[in-house]
Amino acid sequence: MSLDKATVAKIAHLARIKLPEEDQAAMADELSKILSFVEQLAEVDTTDVEPMTSVAAQKLRWRPDQVDDGGIPEKVLANAPEAVSGFFAVPKVVE
Amino acid sequence: MTELLGLTLAEARDRLAGGEFTSVELTEAYLRAMEAGRSLNAFITETPEKALDMAKASDERRRRGEAGPLEGLPIAIKDLFCTEGVLTTAASHILDGFKPPYESTVTANLWRDGAVMLGKLNMDEFAMGSANVTSYYGSVRNPWRRKNSEAALVPGGSSGGSAAAVAARLALAATGTDTGGSIRQPASFCGIAGIKPTYGRCSRWGIIAFASSLDQAGPMARTVRDAAIMLRSMCGFDPKDSTSVDVPVPDFEAALTGDVRGLRVGIPKEYRVDGMPEEIERLWRQGVDWLKAAGAEIVDISLPHTKYALPTYYIVAPAEASSNLARYDGVRYGLRVPGKSLIEMYENTRAEGFGREVKRRIMIGTYVLSAGYYDAYYLKAQKVRSLIARDFTNAYERCDVILAPTTPSTAFAIGEKQDDPIAMYLNDVFTVPASLAGLPAMSVPAGVGDDGLPLGLQLIGRPFDEETVLKVAEVIERAAEFKALPPGAV
Repeated sequence: MSLDKATVAKIAHLARIKLPEEDQAAMADELSKILSFVEQLAEVDTTDVEPMTSVAAQKLRWRPDQVDDGGIPEKVLANAPEAVSGFFAVPKVVE
Repeated sequence: MTELLGLTLAEARDRLAGGEFTSVELTEAYLRAMEAGRSLNAFITETPEKALDMAKASDERRRRGEAGPLEGLPIAIKDLFCTEGVLTTAASHILDGFKPPYESTVTANLWRDGAVMLGKLNMDEFAMGSANVTSYYGSVRNPWRRKNSEAALVPGGSSGGSAAAVAARLALAATGTDTGGSIRQPASFCGIAGIKPTYGRCSRWGIIAFASSLDQAGPMARTVRDAAIMLRSMCGFDPKDSTSVDVPVPDFEAALTGDVRGLRVGIPKEYRVDGMPEEIERLWRQGVDWLKAAGAEIVDISLPHTKYALPTYYIVAPAEASSNLARYDGVRYGLRVPGKSLIEMYENTRAEGFGREVKRRIMIGTYVLSAGYYDAYYLKAQKVRSLIARDFTNAYERCDVILAPTTPSTAFAIGEKQDDPIAMYLNDVFTVPASLAGLPAMSVPAGVGDDGLPLGLQLIGRPFDEETVLKVAEVIERAAEFKALPPGAV
């Protein structure tokens, strides 16, 4: 699979990474190389093979639905680039 | 004081217990070494004041008769582990200034057992790399040099700072993490021991996530015994990690009996790859001879899907990474680059905050998970992953442990293999299969290549059978008598 610049621009937007037009061709080339490498998997017969989602052969544990943490808003906000009145602040999203 | 730096972790532990020196004295010796070794760029953050405070507290505990298994031993932490109040970066610009308000479970376990923290170690950005050249904080230098050459070499990656610091005696031992070989490959390149335990042994809570179904923490140390001692403290059930496994933690050090008689050691024929250098082949044969001489039985085995491990990994790991790294959006922590709208702020922040390799992997992951491609790439890779894991299950019907090389070469120069991502990915050809299957695997220093650089051999075990892995590794370590040291190390 060889990716074109338009596809790369679309992936970049889906991944929320700004990719200037002048960098798209080089990125398309690198991603295409990786995709051609991984495409050899197509030759493996996986009929009736279950996909592996976890290596740990165990079910997820149940736990009581109880609050066991919290009440530390100042700690939670301590690393925020911008915090206002106990909230994370972001550029305006609604007109 | 330099004789203090020459002690292994086990020796330092025993002599601290015997009252020959204090943790403060040992820690001061390491703080001086850390400062003298700055040219390696192994540390991102040094924490000398914290180290001395912890050492004093440790000496006090010992006086009260409350010494833990790692009491007073100075170690260093890969900068992927969250450490409360101490800058934690994952070697990425996007985590600028991030001081976690909590401590990772693994590091908390180490401090519980008395260890002292020297600082946070350099690594590949978000653990994505095999040469420690993707760090925002600059490349780490391997303390080793080729014969008759001063060229700066890579320490391997992603736990490159950990491997360089331990090899150069800047720390008694270090934590690492392994997603596709990030403990074993740098351990091999730097001539030290490193073990990735079974997936689920070490809690992932508080370790910055790369690929959650693969990430495992483990120790990197000078000897197999040191790694065994440290591993015991790092492991343990943690309800905060949903994949943490609730099984007892054995006394790994007690497994080092030196007795491998009758043990069946599997030699996978598919690991004899095209173009494998003669020095790797020779070392592997030597490993076989050592284990035979020790009374082990050698069994030829087959892991037929080995060649598909790397392509599988390079779908699964980036897919998980693209999801895990979605959280870096400039809102809750780290770097923010302004934009006219919220989406533009996200895009600007992530463009500036992530390095090239990280962006590449996020984009590959985004692509293979996107509508129309999910089945062809991601689902297919998950199915092949099942087959790779099944290969190991079948092999363990015929053998108890597998012996293989750790890496296809010795350390290469900084700047090599950087133009072609695939060439860099091939470093992990021998380590990725065990990662995909979640198996415990270890690299042990076994010799030097033609260029005088260290080379490791790899042991891969059954799930939760770290004890056999460590036992066999120690037999190889003894037989190899690997005593070479990088220039400058004492």
